[in-house]
Amino acid sequence: MISTQDLTLRIGSGSGARTLVQSLNWQVRDGECWSVIGRNGAGKSTLLRTLAGLIPPDDGHVAIQGKPLGDWPLAALARERAFLAQSRSDAFAYSVLETVLSARHPYHDNRYWEGSDDHQLAMNALAAMEVDNLAARNVRTLSGGERQRVAIAAMLAQDTPLLLLDEPANALDLAHQVSVMRLLAKLCREQGKTVVMVGHDLTLAHSVSTHALLLMGDGTWRAGPVADVMQTDILGRCLDHEIEMIRHGARHIFIPKETNT
Amino acid sequence: MHPTSTSLRSRAVAVTGALALFVVATLLFAGMTGSIHIPLPDIAGALHELFAPIDGATPSLAATLLELRGTRALTAFVTGAALSLSGVMMQALLRNPLADPYVLGISAGSAVGALFAMMLMCATWMVDAAAFAGAVTIAMLLYFLARRDMRSGAAAEGGTALLLLTGVILSAACTALITLMLSIAPESRLRNMVFWLIGDLSGAPFRLMPWIVLAVCVIFALRSARAINVMALHAESAVTLGINVGLLRKGLFFASALLTASAVTNGGSVGFVGLIVPHACRFAFGADHRVLIPAATLLGGGYLVLADTLARTAIAPQQLPVGVVTALIGTPVFLYQLHRLRK
Repeated sequence: MISTQDLTLRIGSGSGARTLVQSLNWQVRDGECWSVIGRNGAGKSTLLRTLAGLIPPDDGHVAIQGKPLGDWPLAALARERAFLAQSRSDAFAYSVLETVLSARHPYHDNRYWEGSDDHQLAMNALAAMEVDNLAARNVRTLSGGERQRVAIAAMLAQDTPLLLLDEPANALDLAHQVSVMRLLAKLCREQGKTVVMVGHDLTLAHSVSTHALLLMGDGTWRAGPVADVMQTDILGRCLDHEIEMIRHGARHIFIPKETNT
Repeated sequence: MHPTSTSLRSRAVAVTGALALFVVATLLFAGMTGSIHIPLPDIAGALHELFAPIDGATPSLAATLLELRGTRALTAFVTGAALSLSGVMMQALLRNPLADPYVLGISAGSAVGALFAMMLMCATWMVDAAAFAGAVTIAMLLYFLARRDMRSGAAAEGGTALLLLTGVILSAACTALITLMLSIAPESRLRNMVFWLIGDLSGAPFRLMPWIVLAVCVIFALRSARAINVMALHAESAVTLGINVGLLRKGLFFASALLTASAVTNGGSVGFVGLIVPHACRFAFGADHRVLIPAATLLGGGYLVLADTLARTAIAPQQLPVGVVTALIGTPVFLYQLHRLRK
């Protein structure tokens, strides 16, 4: 689905420049659900924005369906991948439904109005995120969690095979964190969609993801199936804090180790 | 029940139709009102006389008056429509509901040109040319200083803070130049200069150019209405929805600069139309640009026709500059809206 070749990302310039990711060679196949894990400032968001084509890589390249990002026309690319940004600012008083409908933009360049099938898709997406009752509300009056769910609904309405999500669980309450994650996992399993997401909840990541990409913070990285890379010693080095794992039935629960200082 | 696509479409048609009727009504009202009242039944006859003149016959008083008033009302319409559309574009471009056509200093630039020509006692057409040249100069300067915000391609991200700040600074510089010219201008020119600054439609002849500019910009705006919606909504991720943000920003910038230049050249810097009309429309019809663009264009034109009629009749035979009227009506309306929205 999406792959990177010798991808290098840097931040800053001159002597203050820091390498976030050094020659990342990474393959994401259809139907896989990846979690990107790393400490603050490790380059998770930068990586995701590069994958989305929002910022050009410093070196190497990203390819979707084997075709480099730069060779894709913007509209065609918008039918391949959707991107959930970490934060949103709403300058104008659009309704929730308009927000979701506008995500159908890539499907009709030359039409002035959406069709009724777009409305159906938008309402289904809102229903999937349990915000269909808010359809007529002004987006600026929503709570943080509601706004986040509307944004995810817009992403679902974009109906792309590849979903890139920057902290989808942000601002969501516990129940919705679980339901959103389950939904993403289900999309991968049943519809063959591909998900790459950034998140900080290791337990949640472990339970829904098939694979994980660990950014170690010094430019190195580890990628592989969850069972291989989400080991406490690797995670501890990745997050710069010792991690303990507890088995609870079939579940793996990750907790930070208490340090006595 | 959520609005379906057909009801949205019919609502847009209804809104546009109603506002078009409103514009026709304002134009008729402007034709009827003045020192000599022309009753509505006579308007039809006078119009017929104007468009199908009988050779040799002296035109009736009604026809002569209607020609004068009609020309002025049409100029008011095209000026108001251009300012209002330019306001919608500027607000979308800067993603800031408080932006207006003047915020980037394009009108201040044209004022510098116009006042300079007036100070040198140039002919009217030279004043117009200088006003237009001033606006174009500032627009070009802005583009070159802030083109980072309007880069093409997928890499265009980030806001338009650089453009906004550059515009505000250039505007301040132009204001200083305006003040300088006002303080050294000969006494005899001062009144005209001040009237130009406030915005005044008296003596503005009928010109074709503003209509062409308006038509081209309305077509551009309607064609990009969907994309403008996406950009206004998803600032960060408009690119991921297939919008060429850089290209769209460039288009919006040049279209609104051209509209402002054309409107200001026509009627001076008439204030508040470009700010309050888009807001009133957004408030009444929603933020969807597919409805907002035609609605704001029509309402802006109609509003200025009314304001100008008021300006020439309120304290007749003396004439008020129309900018005073739009600002006096505009300020309380805008404050009221602002406080209701912020509540």
